[in-house]
Amino acid sequence: MARSMPKSGFVLTVASAVSLWAVGAQANDDLIKMEKDAKQWVMPLGNYAGNRYSSLNQINKTNVNKLQVAWTFSTGVLRGHEGGPLVIGNMMYVHAPFPNTVFALDLNKNGQIVWKYEPSQDPNVIPVMCCDTVNRGVAYGDGKIFLHQADTKLVALDAKTGKVVWSVTDGDPSKGETGTSAPIVIKDKVLIGNSGGEFGVRGKVTAYNMKDGKVAWTAYSMGPDSDVLVDPEKTMSMGKPIGSDSSLKTWQGDQWKIGGGATWGWMSYDPQLNLVYYGSGNPSTWNPVQRPGDNKWSMTIFARDADTGMAKWVYQMTPHDEWDYDGVNEMQLVDQKINGQDRKLLVHFDRNGFGYTLDRTSGELLVAEKFDPAVNWATKVDLKTGLPQRVKQYSTEAGGEDKNTKDICPAALGSKDQQPSAFSPQTGLFYVPTNHVCMDYEPFKVAYTAGQPYVGATLSMYPPKGDNHLGNFIAWDATAGKIKWSIPEPFSVWSGALATAGGVVFYGTLEGYLKAVDAETGKELYRFKTPSGIIGNVNTYEHNGKQYVAVLSGIGGWAGIGMAAGLTEDTAGLGAVGAYKALSQYTALGGTMTVFSLPE
Amino acid sequence: MRLPEARIIAVILTLTTAAICSMPTAAETQEKAATTSRPADGGDRPYRIGADGKVDWAVFNGFRRYNSICNTCHGPDGAGSSFAPALVDSLKRLSYDQFLEIVVNGKEEVNTAAEKKMPMFGTNPNVMCYIDDIYAYLKARSDGALGRGRPPKHEDKPAEAAEAEKSCMGG
Repeated sequence: MARSMPKSGFVLTVASAVSLWAVGAQANDDLIKMEKDAKQWVMPLGNYAGNRYSSLNQINKTNVNKLQVAWTFSTGVLRGHEGGPLVIGNMMYVHAPFPNTVFALDLNKNGQIVWKYEPSQDPNVIPVMCCDTVNRGVAYGDGKIFLHQADTKLVALDAKTGKVVWSVTDGDPSKGETGTSAPIVIKDKVLIGNSGGEFGVRGKVTAYNMKDGKVAWTAYSMGPDSDVLVDPEKTMSMGKPIGSDSSLKTWQGDQWKIGGGATWGWMSYDPQLNLVYYGSGNPSTWNPVQRPGDNKWSMTIFARDADTGMAKWVYQMTPHDEWDYDGVNEMQLVDQKINGQDRKLLVHFDRNGFGYTLDRTSGELLVAEKFDPAVNWATKVDLKTGLPQRVKQYSTEAGGEDKNTKDICPAALGSKDQQPSAFSPQTGLFYVPTNHVCMDYEPFKVAYTAGQPYVGATLSMYPPKGDNHLGNFIAWDATAGKIKWSIPEPFSVWSGALATAGGVVFYGTLEGYLKAVDAETGKELYRFKTPSGIIGNVNTYEHNGKQYVAVLSGIGGWAGIGMAAGLTEDTAGLGAVGAYKALSQYTALGGTMTVFSLPE
Repeated sequence: MRLPEARIIAVILTLTTAAICSMPTAAETQEKAATTSRPADGGDRPYRIGADGKVDWAVFNGFRRYNSICNTCHGPDGAGSSFAPALVDSLKRLSYDQFLEIVVNGKEEVNTAAEKKMPMFGTNPNVMCYIDDIYAYLKARSDGALGRGRPPKHEDKPAEAAEAEKSCMGG
């Protein structure tokens, strides 16, 4: 290639490559340094490993019951508020759902607004967002704030002024492609995934050069090897090379082109291995009869080289999905002992109800156990083949089109949705917000129209038989695959958790409570009812020697759709039973951030 | 209830002016929907529910279609969500014509106090081929004739419904 290139061009290329490398290396080092500074909260999941852990301990088990509200801030937006604020130096960055307003607040001046960015977006994007107009947060890197807007635009804002540095369009909302995911900055690139599995989009992750917004690589979830960025010989799955056309072989005809596998969840990164980890979502449609095959690589954990996007290993958790068990939930990277051996682990709590522990270097499956005992669609996961042992009674494929398959657990919401878990190195436990909901599922034939819902199944959701609560907040041992303790919650827990060195774990509830519990025992230590239901993630930071805990409230998201009016009718006078209560009896709309601290 | 002819033309006109020429069946379906299977007794009760809770096919199919598409905003069983209205209430106010107009053309309320937007479903066969069924279901829910959840029993699919579905959905 260099031979045919004019000399001056070659020199230029080398020069820009060098300068890019320099910028990249620097940004990467910055973030790796910054994520270790507990005073700041520099990325949505707290660190590259996705641990949502803080070494701050001013607020601890003995004093958390004295917590009080330090200050509050309204985003001025009503719909579902997922994600949470970043804290970089003395600035806090707060985002909102559509219209995706971003505020920069000066913590030195009592949260004064330094700048506000409000993009102008075509409202036509609103109804093509399957589950409310949520956004999971902004990312920071190299003096810029990155916002992934609903209309799929990725915008780089000057962190000091809020001015647009560059902006690129990632997808086409008229075909149902939207943006909800939080970007992640890795070296000189910023990565985003897309949303739209309910509209038959083609899932992909795109890495943009942080400097100018040019595409560095795009990796599709399905299609030809060159699109999926897999090497038939080198990309591994369950210890074997995946072979050629690994995706195409598992679809009928061209169905992969509208096959879903959206990548709207969270990404993690291991700087030593230089691998980025994320999961892909459901294959489209929800009617499994209509799309024969394993539908690879939907429902898959990807480990990709951060520079090239090439997949090192893949693992499909739910081949040929029959229940909408997206694989997009966070990938927690931890180093723990398994059978006395130090292992580099990836821990993932999937929608399908299994908690997976894998070797993140090789993709070897080490543990796969149910993190909600109600899970019934599969008895277990075979650690050798990686395949779930399905139960025919709960197979919507076996039931067939126009047949209602009953009492499947979990429901399509999953035993856990996107709400990210936390990990405490002090206890070695994971703290997981979960759903405790089952469903009836009836698939039927559906026609594809670009930009229109492409669902093809009717669902009814309800609590598991004999239960009257819809969620649990659990502590999980990922080396053994066991629940350590479990706190029942009347509604799904849809808020991201936070673990701290103070021995306290925080999470929010759909009624709007911020709760603090003992990391060892799960004992409740503190609760405060915020203005609206919480589907945001709890963060913490330190400013002028004081530790703060911050959370966005603002009911909405899928939880706001499913539970606003209650899941089922209170027909038998069961009014006192929590599960039959409508969430709308507890909370109403409104985006507010509440910041807590200890009294002087 | 029968649609006045002027209204049919208005609906069809709206459809065509909205540049939905790629799907000629939409307008046809619309006309079919507007002129057939309305209640014979003159009232607006386009459903049949037996004393044992057995619903007619339209209500049952409406239940299925509603709870796979419309529910993603309007909540399960027409009960509303945190951001979209409960249709069990809306249908107490809306006429069939108004209902149809909103489904076909969508609705928008985006301002400082709201970010509400309903898309136009006029080109979506999964909605338009079954719009009368969806209406029948929601009307039954709105009238309090039908509770939440899956109807316990339903009549078999009539041959006409199967035929209409086939021609509308294209096999």
